[in-house]
Amino acid sequence: MTKNVDALIIGGGPAGLAAAISLKKNGIDNILIVEREDCLGGILLQCIHNGFGLHRFKEELTGPEYAEKYIEMLEGTTIETMTNTCAIEIVNEENSKTVYLMSEKSGLIEAKTKVVILAMGCRERNRGNIAIPGTRPAGVMTAGLAQKLVNRYGYMPGKEVVILGSGDIGLIMARRMTWEGAKVKAVVELQPYPGGLNRNIAQCLNDYNIPLYLSHTITAIRGNSRITEVDIAPINEYKEPKKEDTFTLKCDSLLLSVGLLPENELSQLAGVNLDRVTGGPLIDTNYMTNISGVFACGNVLHVHDLVDWVSEESEAAGKAAADYIRNQTIQKNKIAVRVGNLVRYALPTVLEPGKPGILSLRVIAPAENTTLYVKADDEIIYKKGHKKIFPSEMQRIEIKEVPQKAKMIHVYLE
Amino acid sequence: MKKSIICISCPLGCNLSVEHDDKVIISVSGNACKRGPVYAQKEVFSPERVVTSTIKIEGAKIPLLPVRTDKSVSKDKMFEVMKEIFKLKVKAPAKRGDIICQDICKSGANLIATRTLDKI
Repeated sequence: MTKNVDALIIGGGPAGLAAAISLKKNGIDNILIVEREDCLGGILLQCIHNGFGLHRFKEELTGPEYAEKYIEMLEGTTIETMTNTCAIEIVNEENSKTVYLMSEKSGLIEAKTKVVILAMGCRERNRGNIAIPGTRPAGVMTAGLAQKLVNRYGYMPGKEVVILGSGDIGLIMARRMTWEGAKVKAVVELQPYPGGLNRNIAQCLNDYNIPLYLSHTITAIRGNSRITEVDIAPINEYKEPKKEDTFTLKCDSLLLSVGLLPENELSQLAGVNLDRVTGGPLIDTNYMTNISGVFACGNVLHVHDLVDWVSEESEAAGKAAADYIRNQTIQKNKIAVRVGNLVRYALPTVLEPGKPGILSLRVIAPAENTTLYVKADDEIIYKKGHKKIFPSEMQRIEIKEVPQKAKMIHVYLE
Repeated sequence: MKKSIICISCPLGCNLSVEHDDKVIISVSGNACKRGPVYAQKEVFSPERVVTSTIKIEGAKIPLLPVRTDKSVSKDKMFEVMKEIFKLKVKAPAKRGDIICQDICKSGANLIATRTLDKI
């Protein structure tokens, strides 16, 4: 089967949905969303807890509600969606791209498109990524998998739970497992500060007196067919476990909430250059990658903490893609954005002189009473004081106008 | 009396310092917006949370329908509400916003569906 579209969006989660709707609003009609699961909505469908949409819809929604509001926006439009369909290769040709799709229903599909929007999201780091020693019993899984089992299929992964990593999914699952009758014995975090949002520490751990061990790690997993216990040790300043203070907790499951990685195998195969820090594509101010006509937005670009920002970013990417389809708009003048003191990354890595710009950034470690600066050479173009700033909170800042003659943009905390 | 609480009204999660006596809040600081003092008032004297879970659904493509209370319920009642949720079962179709259980456990909140699931 062959198809011919103006815009092909890979991924039907919040990023892909917002990008599609934005393309449509900006005058593009021939749009195809490709989703490998059997329905649209992405990871939001298993995030049944509330806290989504405060910025976007000015109300507090659960994940499925947030997703459905976007899915409903597709109704009555010309946007086509293909579920149970996986994109397997993007081939870049002059003036167009060919995306090879594999679907249960239609087999191999060759889709020609003017632009591709990468919106594949991210996946969880697992035991292999963090190399915990010990046996390899059942009961060790990522927090997101546990979330899927509990919330979509109705299976409980265990009754006595230890969670490694204090990312938001781990915290949310601590509460969810508690509500479902499990005993969550500990949340163990390597860093001296929590990985997730402050509110989740309050409403997911403190509410249920679940202990949070900061600056601790798991040094052994034991059990033959099923996990039976883990060793937990405090770490010293070199992140080495202190053997003498190690203690053991009995458990029948270990959930890992140890970070997310943008899922970019498909992008890499197509020749998209990735940023070593974010794991996502390097983009210009129009969300375009090094391949002309290939755009990226959402968690495939960098991991977000709020879906509201995913939607906002993806709308901007959709608009930029629409401009590209109509006028072949390409950013010509680029000035590099460099990060300095305490800033882990800032996106995009280039801005355009004489134009406004939006930067998304994260800090390396928590800081207090500090100021975030953006300088164009020696001129301060953005300045904001922060009583507290955390790595778990992505900052999204607007720069009114990037000076015409600037040579370099510098983002740092002081 | 003084109390430190984390505001859960939005993802910012402000650390609030609350000064109060037995009946009223005297002062709140550390809040970034006006929702802080409102949250502090509730959290100190009658803490409440939204409960989100799933119930069994028959005849849909997945076995579970996600649900939530349409407003926050008293923290003391959360597990009672969960126990009631364990018992509930519906038949497809379900529409987002459908009331599954009115005034669940006399909490003053309705339990509503948070996803639309068609009959298959």
